Amino acid sequence: MDVTATTVIGILIYLAAAPVVGGLLTGADRIVSARMQGRYGPPLLQPFYDVLKLWQKENIVVNRQQKVYILGFFVFVIITGCIMFGGGDLLLAVFALTLASVFLIVAAYSTFSPYAHIGAEREMIQMVSYEPMVILTVVGMYMATGSFSAADIARHDGMLFLHLPFIFLGFLFILTIKFRKSPFDISMSHHAHQEIVRGLTTEFSGRDLALIEIAHWYENVFLLGLIYLFFAPVPVVAVAVTLAAYFLEVFIDNNNARLKWQHALGSSWAVTLVLGVSNVVLLAFR
Amino acid sequence: MSFLPKSPWLVHYDASSCNGCDIEVLACLTPVYDVERFGVLNIGNPKHADIFVVTGSVNEQNKAVIKNIYDQMAEPKVVVAIGACATSGGVFRECYNVSGGVDTVIPVDVYVPGCAARPEAIIDGVVLGLGVLEAKYGEKGKVAS
Repeated sequence: MDVTATTVIGILIYLAAAPVVGGLLTGADRIVSARMQGRYGPPLLQPFYDVLKLWQKENIVVNRQQKVYILGFFVFVIITGCIMFGGGDLLLAVFALTLASVFLIVAAYSTFSPYAHIGAEREMIQMVSYEPMVILTVVGMYMATGSFSAADIARHDGMLFLHLPFIFLGFLFILTIKFRKSPFDISMSHHAHQEIVRGLTTEFSGRDLALIEIAHWYENVFLLGLIYLFFAPVPVVAVAVTLAAYFLEVFIDNNNARLKWQHALGSSWAVTLVLGVSNVVLLAFR
Repeated sequence: MSFLPKSPWLVHYDASSCNGCDIEVLACLTPVYDVERFGVLNIGNPKHADIFVVTGSVNEQNKAVIKNIYDQMAEPKVVVAIGACATSGGVFRECYNVSGGVDTVIPVDVYVPGCAARPEAIIDGVVLGLGVLEAKYGEKGKVAS
Protein backbone atom coordinates (compact mmCIF):
# COMPACT_ATOMS: atom_id res chain seq x y z
CA MET A 1 0.00 0.00 0.00
CA ASP A 2 1.45 3.35 -0.98
CA VAL A 3 1.66 6.38 1.27
CA THR A 4 -1.33 8.28 -0.14
CA ALA A 5 -3.66 5.30 0.35
CA THR A 6 -2.64 4.89 4.02
CA THR A 7 -3.06 8.65 4.49
CA VAL A 8 -6.59 8.61 3.10
CA ILE A 9 -7.53 5.51 5.12
CA GLY A 10 -6.04 7.04 8.29
CA ILE A 11 -8.00 10.25 7.79
CA LEU A 12 -11.27 8.41 7.03
CA ILE A 13 -10.91 6.17 10.09
CA TYR A 14 -10.18 9.23 12.24
CA LEU A 15 -13.17 11.16 10.89
CA ALA A 16 -15.55 8.25 11.50
CA ALA A 17 -14.17 6.66 14.66
CA ALA A 18 -12.86 9.62 16.69
CA PRO A 19 -16.28 10.98 17.76
CA VAL A 20 -17.42 7.47 18.72
CA VAL A 21 -14.25 6.73 20.70
CA GLY A 22 -14.18 10.22 22.21
CA GLY A 23 -17.85 10.02 23.23
CA LEU A 24 -17.45 6.56 24.75
CA LEU A 25 -14.35 7.71 26.66
CA THR A 26 -16.32 10.69 27.99
CA GLY A 27 -19.14 8.35 29.03
CA ALA A 28 -16.64 6.06 30.76
CA ASP A 29 -15.11 9.13 32.41
CA ARG A 30 -18.49 10.11 33.86
CA ILE A 31 -19.18 6.59 35.14
CA VAL A 32 -15.70 6.25 36.68
CA SER A 33 -16.00 9.74 38.23
CA ALA A 34 -19.38 8.81 39.70
CA ARG A 35 -17.99 5.55 41.16
CA MET A 36 -15.10 7.48 42.70
CA GLN A 37 -17.69 9.71 44.38
CA GLY A 38 -19.74 6.74 45.63
CA ARG A 39 -22.47 7.22 43.01
CA TYR A 40 -23.77 4.88 40.32
CA GLY A 41 -23.34 7.29 37.42
CA PRO A 42 -25.06 7.85 34.07
CA PRO A 43 -25.29 5.31 31.21
CA LEU A 44 -22.21 4.87 29.02
CA LEU A 45 -23.99 6.53 26.07
CA GLN A 46 -24.96 9.62 28.10
CA PRO A 47 -22.59 12.02 26.22
CA PHE A 48 -24.28 11.02 22.93
CA TYR A 49 -27.73 11.63 24.44
CA ASP A 50 -26.52 15.05 25.61
CA VAL A 51 -25.22 16.04 22.19
CA LEU A 52 -28.34 14.72 20.38
CA LYS A 53 -30.53 16.63 22.83
CA LEU A 54 -28.55 19.84 22.28
CA TRP A 55 -29.04 19.32 18.54
CA GLN A 56 -32.83 19.33 19.10
CA LYS A 57 -32.85 22.42 21.30
CA GLU A 58 -33.33 26.00 20.22
CA ASN A 59 -30.04 27.71 19.38
CA ILE A 60 -29.90 31.13 21.03
CA VAL A 61 -27.41 33.17 19.01
CA VAL A 62 -26.08 36.23 20.79
CA ASN A 63 -23.90 37.41 17.92
CA ARG A 64 -24.14 35.86 14.46
CA GLN A 65 -20.35 35.83 14.13
CA GLN A 66 -20.15 33.26 16.92
CA LYS A 67 -21.37 30.54 14.55
CA VAL A 68 -18.46 31.20 12.17
CA TYR A 69 -15.92 31.06 15.00
CA ILE A 70 -17.39 27.90 16.52
CA LEU A 71 -17.40 26.26 13.10
CA GLY A 72 -13.77 27.37 12.77
CA PHE A 73 -12.94 25.68 16.08
CA PHE A 74 -14.72 22.51 14.98
CA VAL A 75 -13.09 22.38 11.54
CA PHE A 76 -9.56 23.12 12.75
CA VAL A 77 -9.73 20.54 15.55
CA ILE A 78 -10.69 17.98 12.91
CA ILE A 79 -7.92 19.20 10.58
CA THR A 80 -5.46 18.77 13.47
CA GLY A 81 -6.44 15.13 13.86
CA CYS A 82 -6.46 14.56 10.09
CA ILE A 83 -2.87 15.86 9.83
CA MET A 84 -1.67 13.47 12.54
CA PHE A 85 -3.70 10.38 11.64
CA GLY A 86 -2.92 11.00 7.97
CA GLY A 87 0.76 10.67 8.90
CA GLY A 88 1.51 14.36 8.34
CA ASP A 89 3.69 16.93 10.06
CA LEU A 90 3.14 16.91 13.84
CA LEU A 91 4.37 20.48 14.22
CA LEU A 92 1.72 21.60 11.73
CA ALA A 93 -0.91 19.61 13.67
CA VAL A 94 0.03 21.37 16.90
CA PHE A 95 -0.20 24.77 15.21
CA ALA A 96 -3.62 23.85 13.75
CA LEU A 97 -4.77 22.94 17.27
CA THR A 98 -3.56 26.31 18.53
CA LEU A 99 -5.54 28.03 15.79
CA ALA A 100 -8.62 26.02 16.80
CA SER A 101 -8.24 27.19 20.40
CA VAL A 102 -7.92 30.78 19.21
CA PHE A 103 -11.20 30.37 17.29
CA LEU A 104 -12.92 29.19 20.48
CA ILE A 105 -11.54 32.16 22.43
CA VAL A 106 -12.68 34.62 19.76
CA ALA A 107 -16.11 32.96 19.76
CA ALA A 108 -16.37 33.52 23.51
CA TYR A 109 -15.24 37.14 23.16
CA SER A 110 -17.78 37.77 20.39
CA THR A 111 -20.68 37.21 22.81
CA PHE A 112 -19.84 40.26 24.98
CA SER A 113 -20.77 38.30 28.12
CA PRO A 114 -18.67 38.97 31.24
CA TYR A 115 -18.69 35.26 32.12
CA ALA A 116 -17.56 34.26 28.64
CA HIS A 117 -14.90 37.00 28.77
CA ILE A 118 -13.49 35.63 32.03
CA GLY A 119 -13.56 32.15 30.50
CA ALA A 120 -11.78 33.41 27.36
CA GLU A 121 -9.10 35.19 29.40
CA ARG A 122 -8.51 32.08 31.46
CA GLU A 123 -8.39 29.95 28.31
CA MET A 124 -5.61 32.20 27.00
CA ILE A 125 -3.71 31.73 30.26
CA GLN A 126 -4.18 27.97 29.82
CA MET A 127 -2.81 28.19 26.26
CA VAL A 128 0.23 30.07 27.53
CA SER A 129 0.63 27.33 30.15
CA TYR A 130 0.46 24.25 27.91
CA GLU A 131 1.78 25.42 24.52
CA PRO A 132 5.54 25.33 25.42
CA MET A 133 5.26 21.72 26.62
CA VAL A 134 3.29 20.63 23.54
CA ILE A 135 5.92 22.19 21.25
CA LEU A 136 8.74 20.60 23.28
CA THR A 137 6.98 17.22 22.99
CA VAL A 138 6.98 17.46 19.21
CA VAL A 139 10.54 18.83 19.16
CA GLY A 140 11.64 15.93 21.38
CA MET A 141 10.02 13.46 18.99
CA TYR A 142 11.92 15.12 16.12
CA MET A 143 15.23 14.96 17.97
CA ALA A 144 14.71 11.28 18.76
CA THR A 145 13.55 10.18 15.29
CA GLY A 146 14.89 12.85 12.92
CA SER A 147 11.44 13.59 11.49
CA PHE A 148 8.37 15.65 12.29
CA SER A 149 6.18 13.31 10.23
CA ALA A 150 3.72 11.30 12.33
CA ALA A 151 4.09 8.35 9.94
CA ASP A 152 7.90 8.27 10.36
CA ILE A 153 7.61 8.67 14.14
CA ALA A 154 5.10 5.81 14.35
CA ARG A 155 7.38 3.57 12.20
CA HIS A 156 10.53 4.46 14.18
CA ASP A 157 12.33 1.43 15.64
CA GLY A 158 12.61 1.48 19.37
CA MET A 159 10.20 2.97 21.82
CA LEU A 160 10.15 6.79 21.87
CA PHE A 161 9.36 6.67 25.58
CA LEU A 162 12.88 5.38 26.28
CA HIS A 163 14.33 8.54 24.69
CA LEU A 164 11.69 10.92 26.06
CA PRO A 165 10.72 9.73 29.55
CA PHE A 166 10.72 13.24 31.08
CA ILE A 167 8.91 14.78 28.13
CA PHE A 168 6.28 12.05 28.48
CA LEU A 169 5.74 12.97 32.14
CA GLY A 170 5.60 16.66 31.27
CA PHE A 171 3.06 15.96 28.52
CA LEU A 172 0.92 14.00 31.00
CA PHE A 173 0.99 17.07 33.24
CA ILE A 174 -0.30 19.48 30.59
CA LEU A 175 -2.79 16.86 29.38
CA THR A 176 -4.78 17.71 32.52
CA ILE A 177 -5.16 21.25 31.17
CA LYS A 178 -6.08 20.09 27.68
CA PHE A 179 -8.71 17.64 28.98
CA ARG A 180 -10.18 20.47 31.11
CA LYS A 181 -9.74 18.51 34.32
CA SER A 182 -9.22 19.74 37.87
CA PRO A 183 -6.96 21.26 39.16
CA PHE A 184 -6.57 23.09 35.82
CA ASP A 185 -10.17 23.42 34.61
CA ILE A 186 -10.07 27.17 35.13
CA SER A 187 -11.70 28.31 31.87
CA MET A 188 -14.55 25.82 31.66
CA SER A 189 -15.38 22.49 33.19
CA HIS A 190 -17.50 19.50 32.35
CA HIS A 191 -18.60 19.05 35.91
CA ALA A 192 -20.85 21.10 38.12
CA HIS A 193 -18.23 23.70 39.06
CA GLN A 194 -20.15 26.88 38.57
CA GLU A 195 -18.27 29.90 39.88
CA ILE A 196 -17.91 31.41 36.39
CA VAL A 197 -21.18 29.82 35.22
CA ARG A 198 -19.80 27.75 32.30
CA GLY A 199 -16.84 29.90 31.39
CA LEU A 200 -16.14 29.90 27.65
CA THR A 201 -19.41 28.23 26.72
CA THR A 202 -21.73 30.32 28.90
CA GLU A 203 -23.48 32.02 25.99
CA PHE A 204 -23.61 29.04 23.63
CA SER A 205 -26.62 26.77 23.44
CA GLY A 206 -28.19 24.21 21.13
CA ARG A 207 -26.21 23.17 18.08
CA ASP A 208 -23.29 25.51 18.80
CA LEU A 209 -22.73 23.79 22.15
CA ALA A 210 -23.15 20.37 20.54
CA LEU A 211 -20.44 21.25 17.96
CA ILE A 212 -18.07 22.34 20.75
CA GLU A 213 -18.68 19.05 22.55
CA ILE A 214 -18.05 16.94 19.42
CA ALA A 215 -14.92 18.97 18.67
CA HIS A 216 -13.76 18.22 22.20
CA TRP A 217 -14.12 14.48 21.52
CA TYR A 218 -12.02 14.82 18.36
CA GLU A 219 -9.45 16.81 20.32
CA ASN A 220 -9.25 14.17 23.08
CA VAL A 221 -8.62 11.42 20.54
CA PHE A 222 -5.86 13.51 18.93
CA LEU A 223 -4.18 14.05 22.32
CA LEU A 224 -4.44 10.37 23.22
CA GLY A 225 -2.97 9.65 19.78
CA LEU A 226 0.11 11.66 20.82
CA ILE A 227 0.40 9.47 23.94
CA TYR A 228 0.13 6.41 21.67
CA LEU A 229 3.10 7.63 19.59
CA PHE A 230 5.39 7.37 22.64
CA PHE A 231 4.85 3.59 22.68
CA ALA A 232 3.98 3.02 18.99
CA PRO A 233 6.26 -0.03 18.30
CA VAL A 234 4.27 -2.22 20.72
CA PRO A 235 0.58 -1.47 20.00
CA VAL A 236 -0.74 -3.46 22.98
CA VAL A 237 1.40 -1.48 25.42
CA ALA A 238 0.58 1.76 23.59
CA VAL A 239 -3.19 1.27 23.87
CA ALA A 240 -2.86 0.19 27.52
CA VAL A 241 -0.77 3.26 28.38
CA THR A 242 -3.18 5.54 26.51
CA LEU A 243 -6.16 4.23 28.48
CA ALA A 244 -4.14 4.33 31.71
CA ALA A 245 -3.25 7.98 31.02
CA TYR A 246 -6.93 8.78 30.53
CA PHE A 247 -7.82 7.00 33.77
CA LEU A 248 -5.04 8.89 35.56
CA GLU A 249 -6.52 12.21 34.39
CA VAL A 250 -9.96 11.19 35.70
CA PHE A 251 -8.36 10.16 38.99
CA ILE A 252 -6.51 13.49 39.29
CA ASP A 253 -9.73 15.31 38.37
CA ASN A 254 -11.64 13.71 41.24
CA ASN A 255 -8.90 14.24 43.80
CA ASN A 256 -8.15 17.90 43.29
CA ALA A 257 -9.79 21.23 43.84
CA ARG A 258 -9.36 23.89 41.19
CA LEU A 259 -6.16 25.95 41.36
CA LYS A 260 -5.80 29.67 40.82
CA TRP A 261 -4.54 30.63 37.37
CA GLN A 262 -1.20 31.79 38.86
CA HIS A 263 -0.55 28.27 40.14
CA ALA A 264 -1.69 26.68 36.89
CA LEU A 265 0.67 28.89 34.88
CA GLY A 266 3.58 28.64 37.33
CA SER A 267 3.44 24.89 37.84
CA SER A 268 3.07 24.04 34.16
CA TRP A 269 5.99 26.29 33.20
CA ALA A 270 8.10 24.82 36.00
CA VAL A 271 7.28 21.32 34.75
CA THR A 272 8.04 22.37 31.16
CA LEU A 273 11.39 23.87 32.16
CA VAL A 274 12.50 21.00 34.39
CA LEU A 275 11.15 17.95 32.55
CA GLY A 276 10.80 19.24 28.98
CA VAL A 277 13.99 21.25 28.61
CA SER A 278 16.17 18.76 30.53
CA ASN A 279 15.06 15.96 28.23
CA VAL A 280 15.74 18.04 25.11
CA VAL A 281 19.19 18.93 26.48
CA LEU A 282 19.90 15.26 27.19
CA LEU A 283 18.90 14.37 23.61
CA ALA A 284 21.11 17.14 22.24
CA PHE A 285 24.22 15.81 24.06
CA ARG A 286 23.44 12.17 23.37
CA MET B 1 -38.48 10.94 18.90
CA SER B 2 -36.64 13.42 21.03
CA PHE B 3 -33.63 12.98 23.26
CA LEU B 4 -34.79 15.62 25.72
CA PRO B 5 -35.98 13.16 28.40
CA LYS B 6 -32.64 11.32 28.15
CA SER B 7 -30.56 14.28 29.23
CA PRO B 8 -32.47 16.85 31.31
CA TRP B 9 -30.21 19.62 32.56
CA LEU B 10 -31.49 21.68 35.48
CA VAL B 11 -31.02 25.25 36.51
CA HIS B 12 -32.01 25.82 40.12
CA TYR B 13 -33.06 29.20 41.48
CA ASP B 14 -33.79 30.02 45.10
CA ALA B 15 -36.57 32.62 45.12
CA SER B 16 -36.37 33.58 48.82
CA SER B 17 -36.69 29.99 49.96
CA CYS B 18 -35.78 29.08 53.57
CA ASN B 19 -33.15 26.68 52.08
CA GLY B 20 -35.17 23.65 53.18
CA CYS B 21 -36.24 22.77 49.65
CA ASP B 22 -32.81 23.79 48.26
CA ILE B 23 -31.09 21.29 50.50
CA GLU B 24 -33.53 18.62 49.33
CA VAL B 25 -32.87 19.56 45.67
CA LEU B 26 -29.13 19.19 46.25
CA ALA B 27 -29.76 15.94 48.16
CA CYS B 28 -31.01 14.49 44.86
CA LEU B 29 -27.45 14.83 43.49
CA THR B 30 -25.83 13.01 46.40
CA PRO B 31 -24.94 9.28 46.30
CA VAL B 32 -28.22 8.29 48.01
CA TYR B 33 -30.42 9.48 45.12
CA ASP B 34 -27.82 10.22 42.38
CA VAL B 35 -30.05 11.72 39.68
CA GLU B 36 -27.10 11.68 37.26
CA ARG B 37 -28.15 8.05 36.71
CA PHE B 38 -30.88 9.53 34.50
CA GLY B 39 -28.56 12.07 32.88
CA VAL B 40 -29.75 14.89 35.13
CA LEU B 41 -27.11 17.58 35.64
CA ASN B 42 -27.36 20.69 37.79
CA ILE B 43 -25.90 22.88 35.09
CA GLY B 44 -26.13 26.35 36.69
CA ASN B 45 -26.50 28.13 33.35
CA PRO B 46 -29.98 28.99 32.05
CA LYS B 47 -28.83 28.89 28.41
CA HIS B 48 -27.85 25.22 28.75
CA ALA B 49 -30.77 24.14 30.92
CA ASP B 50 -33.98 22.34 29.97
CA ILE B 51 -35.73 22.38 33.34
CA PHE B 52 -36.07 25.43 35.57
CA VAL B 53 -36.38 24.36 39.21
CA VAL B 54 -37.65 27.14 41.48
CA THR B 55 -37.93 26.98 45.25
CA GLY B 56 -39.40 29.58 47.60
CA SER B 57 -42.11 32.20 47.36
CA VAL B 58 -41.63 34.96 44.83
CA ASN B 59 -41.12 38.46 46.17
CA GLU B 60 -40.96 41.83 44.49
CA GLN B 61 -37.13 41.78 44.50
CA ASN B 62 -36.66 38.60 42.47
CA LYS B 63 -39.63 38.73 40.09
CA ALA B 64 -37.40 40.25 37.39
CA VAL B 65 -34.67 37.68 38.06
CA ILE B 66 -37.04 34.74 37.61
CA LYS B 67 -38.47 36.25 34.44
CA ASN B 68 -34.96 36.85 33.13
CA ILE B 69 -33.75 33.29 33.80
CA TYR B 70 -36.90 31.91 32.17
CA ASP B 71 -36.45 34.07 29.08
CA GLN B 72 -32.79 33.07 28.75
CA MET B 73 -33.60 29.36 28.56
CA ALA B 74 -33.70 27.72 25.13
CA GLU B 75 -36.96 26.12 23.92
CA PRO B 76 -38.35 23.60 24.73
CA LYS B 77 -38.24 24.27 28.47
CA VAL B 78 -40.17 23.25 31.55
CA VAL B 79 -40.68 24.97 34.92
CA VAL B 80 -40.93 22.88 38.09
CA ALA B 81 -42.06 24.69 41.25
CA ILE B 82 -40.82 22.90 44.34
CA GLY B 83 -42.24 23.22 47.85
CA ALA B 84 -45.28 24.85 49.37
CA CYS B 85 -43.87 28.36 48.91
CA ALA B 86 -43.07 28.00 45.20
CA THR B 87 -46.42 26.39 44.41
CA SER B 88 -48.65 28.90 46.23
CA GLY B 89 -46.62 31.27 48.38
CA GLY B 90 -47.03 28.98 51.38
CA VAL B 91 -47.12 30.62 54.81
CA PHE B 92 -45.68 33.79 53.27
CA ARG B 93 -48.61 34.16 50.86
CA GLU B 94 -50.15 37.15 52.68
CA CYS B 95 -46.86 39.00 53.24
CA TYR B 96 -46.76 42.55 51.84
CA ASN B 97 -43.64 41.80 49.77
CA VAL B 98 -44.68 38.38 48.44
CA SER B 99 -46.56 38.01 45.18
CA GLY B 100 -47.38 34.32 45.75
CA GLY B 101 -46.26 31.21 43.88
CA VAL B 102 -43.92 31.09 40.89
CA ASP B 103 -46.95 30.93 38.57
CA THR B 104 -47.63 34.61 39.27
CA VAL B 105 -44.52 35.43 37.22
CA ILE B 106 -43.91 32.63 34.71
CA PRO B 107 -45.97 29.64 33.48
CA VAL B 108 -45.38 26.60 35.72
CA ASP B 109 -45.68 23.07 34.33
CA VAL B 110 -45.23 20.88 37.41
CA TYR B 111 -46.10 21.62 41.05
CA VAL B 112 -44.28 19.64 43.74
CA PRO B 113 -45.91 20.23 47.14
CA GLY B 114 -44.27 19.65 50.52
CA CYS B 115 -42.55 21.60 53.26
CA ALA B 116 -39.85 20.74 52.61
CA ALA B 117 -40.50 18.64 49.49
CA ARG B 118 -38.85 15.24 49.86
CA PRO B 119 -36.11 14.26 47.36
CA GLU B 120 -38.36 11.41 46.11
CA ALA B 121 -41.11 13.95 45.40
CA ILE B 122 -38.65 16.26 43.64
CA ILE B 123 -37.36 13.44 41.42
CA ASP B 124 -40.98 12.47 40.70
CA GLY B 125 -41.77 16.07 39.76
CA VAL B 126 -38.77 16.29 37.42
CA VAL B 127 -39.80 13.00 35.76
CA LEU B 128 -43.30 14.44 35.23
CA GLY B 129 -41.56 17.48 33.74
CA LEU B 130 -39.79 15.19 31.26
CA GLY B 131 -43.19 14.15 29.88
CA VAL B 132 -44.13 17.81 29.46
CA LEU B 133 -40.77 18.49 27.80
CA GLU B 134 -41.40 15.68 25.30
CA ALA B 135 -44.93 16.98 24.62
CA LYS B 136 -43.64 20.53 24.06
CA TYR B 137 -41.01 19.20 21.64
CA GLY B 138 -43.77 17.33 19.77
CA GLU B 139 -45.97 20.42 19.56
CA LYS B 140 -43.27 22.69 18.21
CA GLY B 141 -41.86 20.05 15.92
CA LYS B 142 -38.21 20.47 15.16
CA VAL B 143 -37.12 23.86 16.45
CA ALA B 144 -35.29 26.09 14.01
CA SER B 145 -31.62 26.64 14.75
